[in-house]
Amino acid sequence: MSNFRMHLLVCGGTGCTASDSLKLVKMLKESIKKHEITNEVEVVVTGCFGFCEKGPILKVYPDNVFYITVKPEDAEEIITEHVIKGRKVERLLYVEPNTKKRLEGQKSIPFYKKQIRIALRNCGFINPEDINEYIAADGYQALAKCLTEMSPDEVIDTVVQSGLRGRGGGGYPTGLKWKYTRQNQSDEKYIICNADEGDPGAFMDRSILEGDPHSVLEAMAIAGYAIGAQYGYIYIRAEYPLAINRLEIAIKQARKLGLLGEDIFSTGFNFDIGLRYGAGAFVCGEETALIHSVEGKRGEPSSKPPFPAQRGVWDKPSCVNNVETFANIPPIFLKGPAWFKSIGTEKSPGTKVFALAGKVNNVGLVEVPMGITLREVIYDIGGGIKNNKKFKAVQTGGPSGGCITKENLDIPIDYESLNSIGSMMGSGGMIVMDEDNCMVDIAKFYLEFTKDESCGKCTPCRIGNTRMLEILEKITKGNGTEQDLKDLVELGDVIKDTSLCGLGQTSPNPVLSTLHYFQDEYLAHVKDKHCPAGVCQALFSFHILPDKCVGCTACARICPAHCIEGERKIVHVIDQSRCIKCSACYNTCKFNAIEKG
Amino acid sequence: MESKCNTQEKFKDLQKFIDSMEDRRGALIAVLHKAQHLYGYLSNDVIFFIAEKLEIPSAKVFGVISFYSYFTTEPRGKYVINVCLGTACFVRGADAIMREFEKILNIKAGETTEDKKFTLSGLRCIGACGLAPVVMVNDKVYGRVELNQVKAIIEEYQEEA
Repeated sequence: MSNFRMHLLVCGGTGCTASDSLKLVKMLKESIKKHEITNEVEVVVTGCFGFCEKGPILKVYPDNVFYITVKPEDAEEIITEHVIKGRKVERLLYVEPNTKKRLEGQKSIPFYKKQIRIALRNCGFINPEDINEYIAADGYQALAKCLTEMSPDEVIDTVVQSGLRGRGGGGYPTGLKWKYTRQNQSDEKYIICNADEGDPGAFMDRSILEGDPHSVLEAMAIAGYAIGAQYGYIYIRAEYPLAINRLEIAIKQARKLGLLGEDIFSTGFNFDIGLRYGAGAFVCGEETALIHSVEGKRGEPSSKPPFPAQRGVWDKPSCVNNVETFANIPPIFLKGPAWFKSIGTEKSPGTKVFALAGKVNNVGLVEVPMGITLREVIYDIGGGIKNNKKFKAVQTGGPSGGCITKENLDIPIDYESLNSIGSMMGSGGMIVMDEDNCMVDIAKFYLEFTKDESCGKCTPCRIGNTRMLEILEKITKGNGTEQDLKDLVELGDVIKDTSLCGLGQTSPNPVLSTLHYFQDEYLAHVKDKHCPAGVCQALFSFHILPDKCVGCTACARICPAHCIEGERKIVHVIDQSRCIKCSACYNTCKFNAIEKG
Repeated sequence: MESKCNTQEKFKDLQKFIDSMEDRRGALIAVLHKAQHLYGYLSNDVIFFIAEKLEIPSAKVFGVISFYSYFTTEPRGKYVINVCLGTACFVRGADAIMREFEKILNIKAGETTEDKKFTLSGLRCIGACGLAPVVMVNDKVYGRVELNQVKAIIEEYQEEA
C-alpha cells in the first residue's frame, strides 16, 4: 500500500452528485495522471459534508483547505496550483458574508462552528465504499468491545445510562426499548433499522447511510447481541438508490471480513442483515406499518399493544430503531455513556441532525447539541434568511409537526420544549419560511401530503383529512367563512383523538399550529379576501404604481397574457380581467413599480 | 390471453430473480420492484405470473400494488419527469414549476403524453434540498430550476429521436 502525501476528499452525496461532483472526480484523476503524481495524491469520494448549499465540496487533507462550489473545469487548476505548487486557489474558498474575508479551514466557516458531529462523524471524512477506511476510523471496535468484554445486560445498561432517545422523532429511550425486547423470550428475534425517511424535506438518514453505512451495520449487530437477535432488516425507501447501493456494498464487505455472519470475532455470536425496500408509502415509517411492509404486505398500521417488542416481524419480538439512533451507538461504547450525557441537555442528551432547508442562506445538513436555540441554528449556522427577507416561521416535525414563530426562536431545542409550543422534534426536517410564504398555503401543502398518504384504515384520518383539505381549498380560493376556521379546529381535534397510528394522530398539527400562531393571516383570507403573502392566486392582484413607472415597456413585453397596456415613457396599466397572476411583470420590473396586494 | 408457455418465456429474467432468492418469506415487494424495473410497469400477465410463482392469491398481489404509490399498472413514457414536491422545493416554488410542465406538455401530473414520450409526476423529496426546486428526468437531476428553464428541459429530450 502506498503512502499518499495528500488526499482530495470530494463529496459524493446526492446533492453534490447532482451538481456534477463525480465528473469533477474524473477530471481530478485525469489531471493527476497527466502530471504523473498518482503515487502522491489520492482522490476519495466521501459522504455528505452537509454544506449542500455550496456544493460540490472538495476538502484537501491534511492541509485542511475547504473548497466550495467546485466545478469539473476547476480540477486542473486545483491540481497544478494547490497540489503541485502548494498555492491555494483563493477564488474557490468560502467568503465570510460580513467581513468578505476568504476562509480556508472547515471549522472556521460559521456553518460548522457550532456543530458537534457524532452521528455524522465520518460523513465527508471516509470513503463509504471501503470498509478499511471505516475500520481505520475506529470502526467495529465498539462491536468487538461489546462481544468480547461485555454481557448483553451490560450493553443495554450502557445505552440506558447514556440517555440516548429515539432520533426518529418519538424520543423514546433507546436503552429501554432494547431492554423490553430482551425480556421477551423467543427462539427468534429481529432488529429493524427504520430508514423509511418519509418526511418531505428531510434527508438526514439518507446522508448517514450514504456517508457512513458501516456505523449503522455495526450498531445493528450490537443491538442484536444485546436483545438476542440473529438477524436484522434495514427497511429503506426505494427513492434512495445511492444509499441502497452503498449499503449493499457495505454488507458484502462486512460479511467478507467476518464482521457479519457466523461466529463474529470467534465469540459464537451470529448476526446478518438483509435489505427491504419501501415503495413510496409514508405511513410505513410507523413501526407497525413498517413491520407489515417488511413481511411483504400492505403497510397498514395495527394497534399497540402488542408492541413490536412483544410481537413484531413474523410475530417475533422485534426492536425498531431509526438510522440516526443507530449511528450514535458506536461512539457511546468507545467514549463512554458519561461523555455522551455531557453533551446536550439533561433530558435530551447528545446531538440531533437537522436538514435545514427552505428560505435560509445555508441549506444543508447540520448536527447540533441538544439545547441549542433555533435562532443559533437559523442565523449563526444557516446564515439567516435568503435575500434579506423577513423571517416568518420555521417548521419542524414535517407533516406531523408545527410552525414556530419568531417569539419562540430562543427556546432550547429538545423533545419536551418543542412539544410544549405545539411542534415536535420529528425526524429532523427544519424548513425555514419567509414573508413570501403564505401559512394557509403551507398548511394546505402538508394536508395534501397526509391526505395522499393516509392508508385509509381509520375513517377519521381518511375522510377527516379530506374534509379539512376541502375547507382549506375553499379558503385559499376566497370562499372561506369564519365558521370554516372553527370547523377546522373541531375536525382536527377529532382526528387527533380517534386515529389509530401516529400519522392520523398528528396529521392536523400543521393546520392547528398555523391557526394558532397565524390567526390573522387566516382571518385576512376569510374576512378581507386577501392573501397577505400574495400566494393564493384568487386573493391578490398586481397594480402598477403611477409615480414609479417610467414606461420602459419591460412588463408589457414579458406579459404572457398581453394584458398590460401603455406606450414608451407613459405609465402602464394592467387589465385585471385578463391578468393570470403569473408574477412575470412583478419579477421583471426594475423600478419596483409593480405592487402585489 | 397468452398461452402459459409464452408467459414463461417472457418472464424468464424475473423467474431467474425469484429462483435466486434465498428467503422467499415476504419477498413480494422485492419481486414487484424487480418486475417493474424489468418491464417498466406491472401488467396483468406479470401479476398473475408473480402470484403463481410466490403462491400468493393474485388479489393479494393487487392489494399490495395498489397500496404503494411506487408501483404502476399503466405503461409509462420514455422519459419520466419527476417534479420534487417536498417541502423544501415547495417553499421555493415547485408547484409553479409543475404547472409550467403541465401547461407545456398539455397533460396533468400523473399522466403520459399521447406519443408515450413523457410521463409527468410529482415526487416527495429526493433529498437534494440544497438544490431546490429540483426536477428529475429519468435519473438526471436538474437543480435550482426556474420557470423559464422548463421549456428547455423538455426540448432537450424532444430533439433526441
